[in-house]
Parts: sequence; structure tokens; C-alpha cells
Amino acid sequence: MKVKDLANSDLFTAITLPQGDREINGVYVGDLLSWVMGRAQSDNAWVTIMSNINILAVASLSDTSCIILAESVKLEEEVIKTAMDKEINILSTNMDIYNTAVYLSKVI
Amino acid sequence: MPDVLNFHFEVDGDDFKSAGHASFICKKNLRQLGISPEIIRRVSIAMYEGEINMVIHARGGSADVNVYEDCIEIILADKGPGIKNIKQAMQEGYSTATDNIRSLGFGAGMGLPNMKRYTDYMDIKSTVGEGTTITMKVNFE
Ligand SMILES: Nc1ncnc2c1ncn2[C@@H]1O[C@H](COP(=O)(O)OP(=O)(O)OP(=O)(O)O)[C@@H](O)[C@H]1O
Ligand SMILES: [Mg+2]
Repeated sequence: MKVKDLANSDLFTAITLPQGDREINGVYVGDLLSWVMGRAQSDNAWVTIMSNINILAVASLSDTSCIILAESVKLEEEVIKTAMDKEINILSTNMDIYNTAVYLSKVI
Repeated sequence: MPDVLNFHFEVDGDDFKSAGHASFICKKNLRQLGISPEIIRRVSIAMYEGEINMVIHARGGSADVNVYEDCIEIILADKGPGIKNIKQAMQEGYSTATDNIRSLGFGAGMGLPNMKRYTDYMDIKSTVGEGTTITMKVNFE
């Protein structure tokens, strides 16, 4: 499934979608950045509740296809702007992490 | 082994928000050279962990990325406090990060193990009170 398809579903909202055509090939869940860095696979969707600006470098360098912010976590304007500059897809959902993962396992 | 290309970066120790920028620019440069995504990913992860360590633990430093015919070499050098026990620092889960740093998602003690895992060669030279130099290589084959 493509990131933009997920963004179009009712349960998710796109915060940034500069590369909507990227494919989601799996999911990694985690908030500790160097675990994500070491374990997430290229083109995974990364589900987290972390919202500080450092998530952008992690998503970009580990090459995940999008960040999914669970629990309706909000981002500061500066983070959103930088995500656009770095061409990082960010989606938001009001589901918790567990339900986000369960949902993703059904649709991707 | 002749130098094909060198990228040099200064890593600011105060600027937490732009930490990772050198790795980001390096990744872009390597992409333009047409290097394979898997190699770029390994270099990016290893370099980012080293870069963020210099920001968190060593008040910044410098990063040099050398592209050779058969490998990419990353050299991270800082004049921070040094690492007293390298073997201990290399263990998964070992971290001296403060609560403040941990609240940002760092401090899992996985950075150095990631650097080891994603590179074909890693050497740490460190002197307490003087600084740390980490050399890593990712082979093309
Ligand atoms: N450049 C450095 N200068 C001084 N000490 C360092 C340096 N790099 C690492 N260390 C020491 O080694 C420890 C382990 O580093 P490592 O990157 O594995 O974990 P971390 O940075 O604490 O947490 P994480 O990387 O998971 O966010 C650090 O907590 C720190 O004490
Ligand atoms: Mg670290």
C-alpha cells in the first residue's frame, strides 16, 4: 500500500505528504530513537508517540516511508516545516499504538 | 588506496535541533554519486549515531566521509570528555544520557552497537579528557 492511500483513509490524517507515492512494506513500532534506527527496515511505516524534531532525522536516515503519530500527538510548526524541507511523510491518527498496529497489519 | 572524494562537516555541539544535519547532507551527496540505497542506508545510520553522540556526549566535533573505490570511510572526531571504558560503552543498553536527553528518545544505549552492526569495520580511539575518534568503513561488496 502507498502512503497516500493510508492518508486517504478515514482513520488517518496527513500532516505532511511530500512523497505520497512511497510504498509501505511493513511496520516498526517504537519511541526509543536508536532502536528505531537500528531495527526499522527501509520503507517501513514507523508508528510512534515521539514528537520532537529529532524524529525527522531518524525517519530520513533509516529510510522509513512515513512517520505515523498515534494518539493524535501534535507537532510544533517548526517540525512540520522541517519535515516538508526534508520530504518526510507524516500521518496522524487518534488510535493508540496497539490499535494502529493491528489496523496496519490488516491493510498493508 | 587513492581518495576519490571527501565530504567534511563541522557538527555543532549546542544545536540539538539540527543534530543529524551532517548525516542528512552526506546522504544526499552519496545519492548524487549513484551509490546503492542499501550502502547509503548503512552509512547514514552509522554516521547519524556517531553525529548525535558527538552532540549529546561531546559538545560537537567534526565528521569526514571519504569515498574510496571499494568502501566508504566515516571518521568522527571530537574533543569531548572521552570514553573511559570502551568495552562497556559498546554494550547494548549502556548509556550515561541524562533524563533530559532520554525524554527526547535518546539514551537507549544502542547507538554504538548500531554503528558496529551497520559497518564492516569500526575502531574507537578515545582518551579521557582529550576526546574520541571513531573510524568506520562500509565496503561496497
Ligand atoms: N563521542 C563520545 N564522547 C564521549 N562519550 C561517548 C561518545 N559516544 C558515546 N559515548 C558514551 O558511550 C555511551 C554509549 O553510547 P551509545 O551511543 O551506545 O548510547 P547513548 O548515546 O547513550 O544512547 P542512544 O545512542 O541509544 O540514544 C554513551 O552513553 C556515552 O557515555
Ligand atoms: Mg548514542
